[in-house]
This record gives sequence, structure tokens and C-alpha cells, in this order.
Amino acid sequence: MRDTIARDRRRRSPLLSESVLRLILTAVLLLVLVVLVLLPVGAILGKSLEDQNGAFVGLANFRDYLANPSLTRSIGNSLLLGLLTTTITASLAFLYAYALSRSCMPLKPLFRGIGLLPILSPSLLPAIALTYLFGNQGFLKDLLGSGSIYGLSGIVSAQVFYCFPHALMILVTALGLSDARLYEAAETLGASRSRMFRTITLPGARFGLISAVFVVFTIAVTDFGVAKVIGGQFNVLSIDIYKQVIGQQNFRMGAIVGVILLLPAVLSFGVDLYVRRRQTSMLGARAVVLVPRPRRGFDLVMLVVASVIAAFILLLVGTALFASFVSFWPYDLSLSLKNYDFSSYDAAGWSSYANSLKMAALTALIGTVCAFGGAYLVEKGPGPTLPRALYRGLAMLPIAVPGLVLGLGYIFFFNSTANPLNGVYGGLSILVMATVAHYYTVPHLMAVTALKQIDDEIEEAAAALGVAFWRTFARVTLPICTPTVIDIATYFFLNAMTTIGAVVFLYAPATKLASVAVVEMDDTGDTAAAAAMAVMILLTAAAVKVIQMFLTSVIVARTQAWRRRGEGDLIDDVGHASSVA
Amino acid sequence: MTKHFTTSERFWADRRRLLGLLAGVVMASSVSLAVAQTGKETITVYTALEKEQLAPYKAAFEKAHPDVEISWLRDSPGVILARLLAEKDNPRADAVWGVPLMHLVSLEKLGMLEPYAPKEYEKLKPRFRDSKNPPSWTGMDTWMSLICFNTVEAKKRNIPAPETWADLAKPIYKGQITMPNPASSHTGYMAINHWKQSMGDKAWSFMDGLHENIALYTHSGSKPCKMAATGEYVIGISTDITSPQLKAKGAPIDIILPKDQTGWDIEATAIIKGTKKLKAAQELADFSVSKEANDQYNKFMAIVAYPGEFPTPKAYPSGAEAAMADQDLTASALDREALTTEWVKRYDGKSEPKSN
Repeated sequence: MRDTIARDRRRRSPLLSESVLRLILTAVLLLVLVVLVLLPVGAILGKSLEDQNGAFVGLANFRDYLANPSLTRSIGNSLLLGLLTTTITASLAFLYAYALSRSCMPLKPLFRGIGLLPILSPSLLPAIALTYLFGNQGFLKDLLGSGSIYGLSGIVSAQVFYCFPHALMILVTALGLSDARLYEAAETLGASRSRMFRTITLPGARFGLISAVFVVFTIAVTDFGVAKVIGGQFNVLSIDIYKQVIGQQNFRMGAIVGVILLLPAVLSFGVDLYVRRRQTSMLGARAVVLVPRPRRGFDLVMLVVASVIAAFILLLVGTALFASFVSFWPYDLSLSLKNYDFSSYDAAGWSSYANSLKMAALTALIGTVCAFGGAYLVEKGPGPTLPRALYRGLAMLPIAVPGLVLGLGYIFFFNSTANPLNGVYGGLSILVMATVAHYYTVPHLMAVTALKQIDDEIEEAAAALGVAFWRTFARVTLPICTPTVIDIATYFFLNAMTTIGAVVFLYAPATKLASVAVVEMDDTGDTAAAAAMAVMILLTAAAVKVIQMFLTSVIVARTQAWRRRGEGDLIDDVGHASSVA
Repeated sequence: MTKHFTTSERFWADRRRLLGLLAGVVMASSVSLAVAQTGKETITVYTALEKEQLAPYKAAFEKAHPDVEISWLRDSPGVILARLLAEKDNPRADAVWGVPLMHLVSLEKLGMLEPYAPKEYEKLKPRFRDSKNPPSWTGMDTWMSLICFNTVEAKKRNIPAPETWADLAKPIYKGQITMPNPASSHTGYMAINHWKQSMGDKAWSFMDGLHENIALYTHSGSKPCKMAATGEYVIGISTDITSPQLKAKGAPIDIILPKDQTGWDIEATAIIKGTKKLKAAQELADFSVSKEANDQYNKFMAIVAYPGEFPTPKAYPSGAEAAMADQDLTASALDREALTTEWVKRYDGKSEPKSN
């Protein structure tokens, strides 16, 4: 009976229930972001308006802050660090992504894997490696002349290493999907290669490039792990937060620095809105996917460029690997496996590792569903604009919130007896929630970048034919974006394996994580064992990657048939962008 | 036209699938770890002990009290204190065992400690007892500031070993010293607090000279000794918490207790107010003042709370007890914010790292 009524109603207005469902789903995802991001961040930022005893004092704390020259100096230092890191990382990542998606250089899967290595390593790893290479006892110390690695040069080198994959993933997504017909037309009209680059490639990748720039900038200024180990006296905002919160338990001042660090995110949200209005999709319903053609000279240049970048990454990873086998650097360079006997360094040795795997798997599952689903709902199809704008803003927020600040916010928000959710505190779920929230922005941008490149006319045609939006999603959108979805899941997984800042306040005795164990071992002088555990995390992640690449190639072969051109079974390389992460 | 229009089953099946997916996500989000049930009472103990100490301390306690099991949460002192303070309104720790006393003073001020007199705690040396009765805390052992000195690098550079803190301000050590930043590290605070209490107003002129020689201020208390151990820099101002272990692992360092005495803090035990496992936490407090417990502490630390003669641990310098300066721990704890702020104003971030 009800079926009949529903069918009748549906016949009369096929869009009603759909739009209601859309709205409900959007509201659910918005609620998820409000609970996971907005309220905890609000809980800690509220502290910036209170005095020690919790009384409201308005902006008095900000006045104190601005009156302290040693704290305000950090603002300039952070800007300098952010600009340097961003310029270097974005240029290198763009070149690398361009080589991967537009050239026919050999060994692409290998280069992809190397390009992502840094994301597999805890942030301590580049810092330890740089110390071994360029510290006072380092192998390459003479290259620095009279300079020191402890300070700006060290932070920038380690940050470039650390941020590279984040930028690379966004840029590969941006360069991976483009319409070959544009290039064919340009070629027919006799446009030069550089002109095509300026008028087709760059505008098409503009959104991704701007996203990548903001992502790298915010990661560089908010991450404290690298700066803590190798920053020397170069004071930056993230280190000030560390000093205030961990060194002096002054949550108010920590919150104030946190507010200052939110500014780049607000700025990026504004720029994002501006760019969005001008972004056009590259992949119409009749698009033909670009397949790079071999050009010897260009391919050779790209191969050289990619090799140089890959060599830098391998040098640092290789040094850390070496460090994990050395008995007592630098006085006893004999190699041994004793650093891998974790039980002698840390009672929880392998259980923390199992916790990390569990936590990372859940984070990947839940994070991917929310990030991709949310991006789809706000980017495609009809619906009111306000919830969309809110969602976009909230999705951009987490990257600007330093892990320490987010973690504290989680304590204040979830550990309150007034919060009905306080049961999650102390379990694995709060770690998953915090990690999903902490790493939400880049997957959101990856999903948006991929979805933007699919022309809306596909959705419109489907809607005109009366196909429900979730069928279009399942039949068209999701298959086209399968590689990106897999990238997103991998991104969440890998970051969850190595995260430190957000979880250091949230793990319970039973839910200690491997990444925390790495910091602990380094803290207590077992640098080699810390390097060994970091290498273990790296190897596991690499193994996951290989399995995932294998699965992807099967899925891609089944879902990406539309990418094929002409005869034969040549699957376009872009389809393999999936193996990027 | 699609089939979709003509069959409502298809439409509902879709919707069910979607709802099923949503339900699945919701369920997955609420996955939580069940802690294994052992039939024993498990207490959560926050600690800043070295990780090597956790297993033996736990084993010794559980042998003496088979009905209680310890679940450790170990982190650096700063993280542990920050966590305790952030969790203040809904505490998650039942007790702390092995945290700096200066930190406990601030918790006590906030009314977060449950006073309790452990059995026979009066036996402990006076320094390790709270003056109030019942006490809010009991001491285990002391940890102190000291100097790690790399003998190999010193020989290469022809640098003599320092004998006093004052020596470290001499120009010969320029660019060879690292110390923890007091704004990031309790170890760093312990050092400047001692200089302030022992030298009075001369402390700042000493620190001016020392600042000229410092190559790096670190954010971790053990890092200066680690850097001395690898010869990264010749001298590290650190503590006895990791230094002897580094030496035992084969680092070419001498551990120097300065002749002009040194600053210290106490590792202490306390019960957190509001614990639902008060009896088990009290058993822990009882054990922590016992002779067996102090024998365990003594495997790592030279000066323990229990009276009597205890051997010096491996690689540990002798004469530790004599090197301890007279200092008022409560005053030191209360002075922390003002002294750290002054130090930051004078020295923090003013200079880029100097190369040698």
C-alpha cells in the first residue's frame, strides 16, 4: 500500500524525495564536521578569551601576547618558513606531477612510489636523517661550510620532504584529468607547446595548484614535530604552542597562538571562493582523455628532473634506514639488528603497532566515506547554498589547526561530563575521530578537484532522464573517481599511521600508537630504535601500498574502460593515477 | 526512459542499500575497544618514568598486590601534566607514580590530589615527605641537573672538563654547550631555578655569559646529553634520568656533578581526587613507600626516599647526595611562571644557532 502511494508521489514529483534525501545527507555530514571539528576547536579557542581561573577577559590575552616581542617575532619567522617551504615544495611537486602525468618517461610506478615515501614516515625521520647527514658529526657536513643544519635551513629541508606528497597528490589529481580535444584543437591551430601550457594546462590545473600551495603553507606553519627536533633557536608559532602547552601548561597562550595560525585557513577559504567562481570543468560528457605521446627530448628532461627529486627523497630515507642498523653512531658504525628488538626498548612494542593498524583502517574507511560523500553533495547537483558554504568552510578548517590544539580541544569537549559523547574518550574511537578531523582538508580538496573536472552536464542529463542522483553517483561519478577515492583512503591510512600531534593527549594505556612509541624512543635517547620503528611503519605502509596497487589495477581495468582510446587494451596512464597514493 | 521509473522495488532497494551503508558507517564509527577482563582491579597510572622502568616497577607491585593491575600511561612530564590539567573536570587517572614534585604542587593547589597517609610513610627521609598530614604526595627518589661531557670530542678540541656551573660561562666553551629551554622542558627549569636560588642576583650575569657559549637550546631535557653522547656538541646540560643509561650503552661521556652543587626535583606518587578505585590506588601508594619499591628505584636512581645505605647504580657518578643544593621545592614550583618569563625575555629566540 505504502509502496503504491510512494510510487504515485514519485510519479508526480520525482525530485522531491531526492532533494529531501540530499538535504538530510548534507545535514548529517555537516553535523559530523561540527562535532569533530568546530566544537572541539571552539572549546580550546574559547580558552583564549579567559584568564587562568576561567573568567572571561575578552581580548586582554591578545594584548599580552602582542606586547611580548619574543612571541611576536615568531610570526615573521613562521611566514618566512611557510613561504620558503611552499615555493620549493609546490614547484618541485608540480614538476614531478607533470612528469608523471604528461610525459612518457619510463619507470613511472616506481617514481610514484618514491614520491609518496615521505608521507609514510613519521616527521622525526627526516629530522633524524638530516642530523646524520649534516649535523656536526654528519657525513656531508662539509657541504654546509660554516652553516648549521639546526635552524631555518634544517626546518625547510625537512618540511619540503614532509609536505611533498601532500602537494603531489593534489597536483596529480589536477593534471591527471584533462580533455585531449583541447590540445588537439590547439595543435591544429598551430599553437606552440609553451602557449598550450600557458593557456590549457595551467588554467586547468590552477585550482589544484592553489589548493596545493595552501595545503603546504598551512602544514609547514602548523607542524611542530620537525621544528622541535631540528629547529634550533629558530622560533616559530607551532613551537610556541608546544612551549606554552607542554612546557608551561599555559592553555590560554597556546590557544592564542592557535587563533593566529587559523588566519591562513581563513585566507585560503576566501581565495578558494574566488577561484571556484572561475574554475571550469575539464572533462565534459564528450571529453577524450589525454594520453601522453612519447617525445624523446621532453621525456628525457622529465626523467632527469624526477630522478633528482627522487634521489633527495631516497637519500633521506636511506640514511634513516642506515641509522636504524648502526650500533652506536658515530663511534661504533658496526651494523646490527639489535635496534629492531623493540621489546627491550618499549614494553608495548608490538601492541602499539597493532593499535596503529586498527586505527588507520577505521580512519581510512570512515574518512573516505565522509570526505568523498561530502564533497560530492556540495559540488554536484541542486540544493541550497548555505549548507554547502558552511560545509566547505568546515572542511578547510582542520588543516589550519595544529594537532596539539585539536587534541586539547578534544579533551575539553569530549571529556566533559556534560557531553553525551564522553564515552568515546579513552577508546580507539576518539583517536579515529581526531585523526579523521585532523586530516580532513587534503582529501576534501582531492575529491573536489576530481569532481570539478567532471562536467555538470552529466548530472543534468541524468536528472533530466529521471535517474535518481545516487544511481548517477554509483554508475558514473564513483567509477570515474575510483582512483581518487582510493587515493583518499590511502592518504587517511598513511597519515593515521604516522600522526602524533593530535593523538598525544588522547591515547589511553590500551590504545597506545606506534607513532607515539617512535617519539618516546627518540625522547629517551634510543634514536636508532626510533629510526627502526619509523622504518617498520614505512615498510608496512609500503606493503599496504603494493597490495593496494595490485587491487587498483584490477579495479581500474574494470571501471576505467572509458578511458581507453583506439584499439588494444592500452589502459590510459591516468587511470593509474590511483597508484599515486 | 529508464526502468527506474516503472519499478518501485528497484527504487526502494536502492534506498535500503543507501540506508544500510549509512547504518554501517554509523556502527563502524562507534567501534570501541573492549579492555580485556581479567577479574583483577585495573588502575590507570599516569607516569613520566623512563620506559625501561615501567616493566620492573609494575612487576614488583603486582607481585606484592596480586589483586591490582597497573595500566601505565607514560609520556614526558610536560605532556602528563598538561593532560592531567586538561582532564581536571573529569579525571581519567587513578594515581600518578613517578612525576616531578614541582608539577604535583600545582595540581595540589587546584585541589586535584586525594590526601592519604601510606603505611609507614613516616620512615621516609624528611625531604621526601609532605609537611601536611595526611600527605598529598610521597617521594620516591630525586633527579638532578648535571653535565654530560664528551671526552673524545673534548680531546680533539683540547677542551678541559668543567668542574662547576660557573666554569660553563668561560669563553673556552663558546659554541660547545647545549641546554634544554626552560620554556619547553622541566629539566631546563630545574637548572635555571638552581642558579637563581644559589647565586641570587649574580645568576643573570652568569646566564648572560653562558648564553654566549650556548650553541642550541633544545626542547627536550634528555636531548643535550644525547647530543653530547654522539659528539654533536661537547657539553650537554641534562639530568641523571637518561645520562647514566647513555653512558652504559657505550657513549664516550663523563657525567659531571658540579662542585658548586646542583638543582633537583623529586619523583613522587599521589592519588588523584575523584578516583573510583580508591582502595587499589591506596595499595599503590602503600607499595610506593616500601623497601621493595625503593630497591627498584635504586636500580636507576642514586638517591631514594627510604633511609639506609643504597648502592650507586651503574654508570652513575658518586657523591650525588652531597651535591644536592638546599632548595625549597614549593617556592620553586610557585616561582616557575615568573622566572621562565624573565628567562624567555632575555634569551629566547634572540639569536640564531651559532656555528662552531
